[in-house]
Amino acid sequence: MSVSVNSSFRSLSLTALLIRFLGSMNLAITLLVAVAIASIIGTVLQQNQPYPDYVIKFGPFWFEVFKSLDLFDVYSSVWFLVILGFLVISTTVCIFRNTPRVLKDIRDYKESAQLNALRRMSHGHEWQSHFSPDICVERISAVAQAKGYRLVVKSEAKQLIVAAKKGSGSRLGYIFTHIAIVIICIGGLIDGNVPLKIAEMTDKIQVETRNIPASQVPLVSTLPIDNLSFRGTVTIPEGQKANLAFIDFKDGYLVQRLPFLIAVEDFRIDYYKTGQPKSFASDLIIYDKELEAPLHKTISVNHPLEHRGYTIYQSSFGDGGSELRIKLWPLKGANRSDEIRAVVNTPFALSLEKTEMTLEILDFRPINVNPDITGVKKFKNIGPRFQYKLRAATGEATEFINYMMPVEKDGAKYYLTGLRHTPAEDFRYWYLPADSEDGVDRFMRFLALLNDETRLKKIALSALPKQAESFLPMAEDQELVAQFMVGLINQFVNGGVGLISAKVKAAVAPDKQQEISSLYAKVLHHFLRNVYWVVLQEEELDPALGLSEFDERFYEDAVAAVSISHQYDVPVYLDLIGFDHKEATGLQVTRSPGKMLVFPGCLLLVVGVFCMFYLPQRRFWVIVSGSQDNTQLFLAAQEGRNPYEFEQEYSALENALLLQLGTERTD
Amino acid sequence: MENTIDKDYKTKRHFYQRRNSADWVWGLANIVGVVYALSQYHMLMDGYEKVIIVCTGLVLIGFGWVWQTIRLFVTGVALVSLFAVSRYGVTIDLGKTDFFLKYMLASQSAIMWMSALYVMATATYFFDLLTNKPFSGAVATSLTWAATGMGFVGLLVRWRESYLIDFEIGHIPVSNLYEVFILFSIITALIYLRYEQRYNTRSMGGFVLTVISAAVAFLLWYTVERQADIIQPLVPALNSYWMKIHVPANFIGYGSFSLAAMVGLVFLLKGKMEAVAPKAFLTQRLPELTLLDDVMYRAIALGFAFFTLATILGALWAAEAWGGYWSWDPKETWALIVWLNYAAWLHMRLTKGWHGTPMAWWSIVGFFVTLFAFLGVNMFLSGLHSYGGL
Repeated sequence: MSVSVNSSFRSLSLTALLIRFLGSMNLAITLLVAVAIASIIGTVLQQNQPYPDYVIKFGPFWFEVFKSLDLFDVYSSVWFLVILGFLVISTTVCIFRNTPRVLKDIRDYKESAQLNALRRMSHGHEWQSHFSPDICVERISAVAQAKGYRLVVKSEAKQLIVAAKKGSGSRLGYIFTHIAIVIICIGGLIDGNVPLKIAEMTDKIQVETRNIPASQVPLVSTLPIDNLSFRGTVTIPEGQKANLAFIDFKDGYLVQRLPFLIAVEDFRIDYYKTGQPKSFASDLIIYDKELEAPLHKTISVNHPLEHRGYTIYQSSFGDGGSELRIKLWPLKGANRSDEIRAVVNTPFALSLEKTEMTLEILDFRPINVNPDITGVKKFKNIGPRFQYKLRAATGEATEFINYMMPVEKDGAKYYLTGLRHTPAEDFRYWYLPADSEDGVDRFMRFLALLNDETRLKKIALSALPKQAESFLPMAEDQELVAQFMVGLINQFVNGGVGLISAKVKAAVAPDKQQEISSLYAKVLHHFLRNVYWVVLQEEELDPALGLSEFDERFYEDAVAAVSISHQYDVPVYLDLIGFDHKEATGLQVTRSPGKMLVFPGCLLLVVGVFCMFYLPQRRFWVIVSGSQDNTQLFLAAQEGRNPYEFEQEYSALENALLLQLGTERTD
Repeated sequence: MENTIDKDYKTKRHFYQRRNSADWVWGLANIVGVVYALSQYHMLMDGYEKVIIVCTGLVLIGFGWVWQTIRLFVTGVALVSLFAVSRYGVTIDLGKTDFFLKYMLASQSAIMWMSALYVMATATYFFDLLTNKPFSGAVATSLTWAATGMGFVGLLVRWRESYLIDFEIGHIPVSNLYEVFILFSIITALIYLRYEQRYNTRSMGGFVLTVISAAVAFLLWYTVERQADIIQPLVPALNSYWMKIHVPANFIGYGSFSLAAMVGLVFLLKGKMEAVAPKAFLTQRLPELTLLDDVMYRAIALGFAFFTLATILGALWAAEAWGGYWSWDPKETWALIVWLNYAAWLHMRLTKGWHGTPMAWWSIVGFFVTLFAFLGVNMFLSGLHSYGGL
């Protein structure tokens, strides 16, 4: 056996061998599996993330390994495209090798089949009929046609051969599907970023990684207008224009010039009554020299604009430079609040009492629909919020997220401010109780007072119980006690209860710790309460008449907030008090001529697939021989790919023929 | 005698000539339905949606012509749904007070009925398999039909309810994981019922219905634990006529592949039992291997055809919504993987002539690949298809 294989290989030329290899089913299946595995890698490993994220995730060694294998961008890696290319070649070879055979098979009725070959077929039946051969043929034709067969009759010396077939669709389907795959892949490759890849490898283009204005991007990172195929994005603020798009590429971007200008008049979000967004839409004007008048068009998700082979999609939105009015509440030192006006995405120099910082507002959203924590509704709009970074002179930055309106929780209202040190963390929120005016003023005054040692000491002295004078007659002693109380507050503000108990642990013998701690706690709360009274008195309330339920709750919340205030390690709280909202729309601009191939290819694929499965090819032969009233009939058919289905079809055919041509069986 | 025979075979020549009066009544009824829907709701539809509803009518006509049982089913579902809708009138509140709605036909009630009936049907199919009582088999089949009917009624009524809750919220209920699980169950059951009738065997029923019962279990968990049954407005990306064709086509694919896997399982079971105890009662009860092999092939072919269609429809939709017909989004990529897997399966079967045990194993493996594409992607991978998330 192996000898014969070897000899047949030797007799083939190299080209023929290559073609045989490329067109082989084994290669095709291997390639299918390879594409599938590569695809799986691409979904498991998140693609096209910023490189630093991968370094953090995999470490520098594996990062380099994965990068050299192009695993961060599998689908446009050279090796993946090569596999796809081979798949196209293999399928093409397959088409070229098999199409002539298939076409011949479709046309051919195989009426010259030999009796011996027919006898070897899986299904056959032999019987006699009292009709003449001609009538038999006529009736066979009728039955065959009724069942959808087409047939030819061949007369030979002693016999007539009826050869019938139907359902050539499955064979055509084979050709259609395979041609379709080739067409789709070619279209896809045109629209893929193969040309970019080549240009980058030959150093014709260079990826821009710096964060600079588009006008300063060098020509080597700019793609010309005649670029046939790309997918870029551009964010345009309301009232502004752009004639370019950015293409994300590797660890940077490229600038794609457009032959027209896109102006954004307005961007809108419509909401359902429940608060979730219903539609995103932009009013665009296209200025193009080829147009007689500027083109006005509103685009929305699922309704893009097509212009000269370019398609413009609504893909995202963001802030287009809103101006925010912000009140600065210093968290240490004086109770003085300044007001500033800062613009989103424009750095703002903040000079605080002791430090200089840069405020970078990252985003502003006027409407925020979140799951409703009170559970009354599923979603709730919790009002405007903005996200910002405070960058110290050293370059270190902390990120914040603040809400303009208080949020209700367990029957009370709080201002939320979240903080995190790296983007990988979740925001940790600080709940500031809202005062009766729905502001943060009272809390800020409370906090400022707790930071003001001079005033605290005064309060401490006046807060000493009247009896104290009897056992602390000396002013110096009272001074010392007041000093201690202020110190306690200081520890509480700067380190919470934790710091106080740590100090107690360090200074007091273990058996006394419990006692001292509870004493300290009593003193602390007594004093805090007195400070709070002063705050209330400033509002011209009289705490002596008793605290209202609201004020009591506020006190508890305020103390809780102060106790963790040291974790909010910046000297200022930003209170959003007003805004002038300006939106920007995120557009995707694409040009994909490949779809002129891909879409027809898809149609061909669907037609082909359905033909292939639902128009199975069937053949049968009847050999009619004998004389006038003693006709011999021999029916033969070969089972196809669905034995069970075929069985039914065959027995129906046999029964119909027997019914029409007499039932005298000879077998 | 000769003449009548002649007449018999000559009149059966053309597809249209073979239609009897019932066929034409069926056709007419569907046309009337479509025309009525168009006249009542044309202002809610764009051009594409009008084309879709007309095509749906045509597909239903053709479907009823080749499979007569489905006519009765469709008529029943339509009448019951219309009755439910008429009970509702113009306010959603009646769903909590009206007897028929509250206990039977409000979408949530109907879906609970569907769930219960499918579980009962599964048990009855297995009972039938083990006892071989003609009555139990008929009961199992009826239960499956009833469950499927309740599922369809549930979805159709839910469609109406979404409009009753708020006109702007109204949409076809194939927009989230909860709704597509119902769709999956009823489509799989319908495909199964077709094969059951065509091959005249009920012994695969319990196995196929097991998958559906698993889907039902998930559905119940999802309802109780996550209140997934609450109707939510559509996110803007889903607000498109494409959803009406892309999602159902996809679930014909998923349903067929699941069915093929279960039939593959029966194939392996039967093969094993034939080797171990060829005379055993259960061995005799299971369908013959060639039949199972054939059903498996047919199901995968059907699934593959519709999955191809669905993926292409998805690509066309993506070209309109996401800015490109192919973005290598995890869902797209896994759809490709599923497609490649079954393409390889079919190649092996059609050109290499592979049959039997390896193909049965492969179809079971294929089920897990499909399951991951359907659920796993939403659970473990992030991407553009995030609205299908758990």
